[in-house]
This record gives sequence, C-alpha cells and structure tokens, in this order.
Amino acid sequence: MIRELFKLYMIFFKIGLFSIGGGYVMLPMLRREMVEDRGWLTDDELIDYYAIAQATPGIIAVNTATFVGYKRRGVPGAIASTAGMVSPSLIIITVIALFFTRFQEIPAVQRAFRGVRVAVAVLLSFTVASLIKKTVRSVLEVVLAAGAFLGISLLGLSPIPILLTAALVGVAAGMFRSAGKGAAARAHKSAGEGAGAAADKNAAENAMVPGEKRE
Amino acid sequence: MNLITIFIAFFKIGLFTIGGGLAAIPLLREELVDGGWVTSAEFIDMLAVSQSTPGPIGINMATYAGFKAASFLGSLIATAGMVAPSLIIIIMIARFMRNFADHPTVRNVLSGVRPAAVGLIAAASWFVLANSVLLMEWFPGMGWFELPAFLLFVALALVYWKTRAYPVYYILAGGGIGIFLF
Repeated sequence: MIRELFKLYMIFFKIGLFSIGGGYVMLPMLRREMVEDRGWLTDDELIDYYAIAQATPGIIAVNTATFVGYKRRGVPGAIASTAGMVSPSLIIITVIALFFTRFQEIPAVQRAFRGVRVAVAVLLSFTVASLIKKTVRSVLEVVLAAGAFLGISLLGLSPIPILLTAALVGVAAGMFRSAGKGAAARAHKSAGEGAGAAADKNAAENAMVPGEKRE
Repeated sequence: MNLITIFIAFFKIGLFTIGGGLAAIPLLREELVDGGWVTSAEFIDMLAVSQSTPGPIGINMATYAGFKAASFLGSLIATAGMVAPSLIIIIMIARFMRNFADHPTVRNVLSGVRPAAVGLIAAASWFVLANSVLLMEWFPGMGWFELPAFLLFVALALVYWKTRAYPVYYILAGGGIGIFLF
C-alpha cells in the first residue's frame, strides 16, 4: 500500500515537473503512464475523468490527478497523486521566489520554452489522433466532437456549456435508442423493414454491448 | 499574514476556478491585487513566472503568492487551500461514479460527454499547434524565421512515429534544441 502510494506520488511528481504551460500538457504523459504502460485506466476512463475535471471546480490537472489516484487507491491515493502533482511547483516556485524573480526573461530560457512548446504540439497531436480513433466512431460522436472543437476554437465558448449540452444529447440519444429497441422488439420478425439507418444501428449496438454484459 | 486567512482565500479561489487555470486569473487578481497582497506589477511578474515554469499555472500562482505573504509555510498553506476543493469534490464524484457507473443515465451522459471532451482536447491541442508552429508559417509577415519551429515539429514527429519514446524525452529534446535553434 505504502509502496503503491509512493509510486502514485512519483508518477504525478514527474507529470507535474514536465507539465509546462497549461493543464492539457499533462495528457500525453498521463495517457502513456496510465493507459499504455500500466493499463491502470482505459482510454474511455481517461477521457471521462478529463471531461469531469473540466466541468467541476478546481484546476484541471489537480482534478485529474485526484480522480486517477482515487480510482487506484481510494482517498490516500487521491491525496498522494495530488501531492505529487503540486510538489514540483512548490519546490521550483519557492526557489525562484527566493533567488531570482526574472528567470523567465533569460533569452536562453525563452528559446528553450519555444522548443518545448513545439515538442508539446507533437505529443498532443499524436495523443489527439489516437483518442479520436478510439472514441469517435458513430455519426453522432463525430458531430459532438466537431461541435465541441468548433465551439471552443471558433466561437470561443467555455467548456462547461459544451459539456452540459453533450451530456443532454447523450441522454436524449439514449432515450431514442431504447425507444427504438422497444419498437424493434415489437416488429421482431418483420425483417428488413427495421428501425433506422446504418448509423442508428451502429449506435444501438454500441449501447447494447454493456447492457448485455451486465445481465 | 494569518495562515488561516491564506488558506481560506485560496480555498475560495480553488472553489470558483471552473474550466481551467486561466479561469483562476481574474479571481487571483481580485484577491491578490485588490486585496493588497501584491502590487499590479508584481502580479504580472508572478503570472509570467507561473506560465513559464513547470506545473499547473494556478498552483504556481498560489505557491508564489503564499510565499510572498508568509514564506515557506505560506506557500504550502496557499497550495493546500487551492487543491482542497478539488480533493473534496472529485472524491465525492469518483465515489458516485464507482457506485453508479453502470446506471443507464450515467452511461448515456458519458456517451455524449466523451466525444465532446475529445473535441475540447483537440481544440486545446490546435491552440498549442497554432501558437508554436503553424500560424507564423502561414503568415510570413509574423516572422519567416519560424521555419525552424516547423522543421523541429516535423523532425520530432518523425522520431515519435518511429520510436514512441517516453514523452518526457521529447520535452527535454525540444527545450535543448530550442536553445540553439531559435
């Protein structure tokens, strides 16, 4: 238990140390550590946590760390992960505040940060590509993802109304699907004349899989 | 400055920061500048340092302001105050999720939220890409010398494509090459 908590602390210490310039920078590292290398989370869980972290109070990176830590090891895990995430800030900022407040004006530092931003752009591009491949499949999902992208980048909306709208769309689509399923059951043997286009069928299949697993 | 006052001030900021570190800046400004903790110029300096050092911007700001107010203990208390609302709220949500993850409504909500969240992540990534590599390339008036950034992007992308080495190495390599390239 202690070893696992220490490990969570160290993983998030590393992520905090290399998250330069904003919360989303942590995502490629988090995905590598949690999904690809350790299998502690699935891509879906990672995205859920990230979405909830954006729509709830608090700093996104801290919220995500708390979420992952809790899922792994309950409340102690949440505290260990969050402590790891903020420790590099505490150390580095304290040193800067003590000795050297104009650190960011050194030309070499500014040039290094431009290089870091390019590297972050590379990492984020690959991360986004694999997330899209794994979670955006049906027509509805494409519409939701594109809508969110355009809402932020073109219209400058805040993430919260976008996520709330998407949640409502998800609920509405679920109701539509279960209504469709009821109709399909009633019209069971009248083949071919089935309910809806290929996209709807695809979506209904996606929705049915977890339900079947449960029963 | 009283440590309890510091904790409460940053707890409040953490609680009302919704949707990213940038949302914390007006709140921090109100508390720190209008509250007389730091001057407006100091605040700008703190912001610049916080944006260009490792770690979430909000946490860096809290640490810095806490240190100015009450030295080491102050930075610790300010950061603790800033993350306390996250810990409380997220643990409550995570508990709920553990018990209700299979509930049909929760499933439906998440099935809508997931693709939208990927869209949000794509928008954030696009912002980084546009500011570090692309825009300057498309509008040469903003500096044709940004060609190095584009070449660095292509080079790192090719290496990533081939090796998939650990992300930290790319950040270190980008910083190291950046010193000599730009």
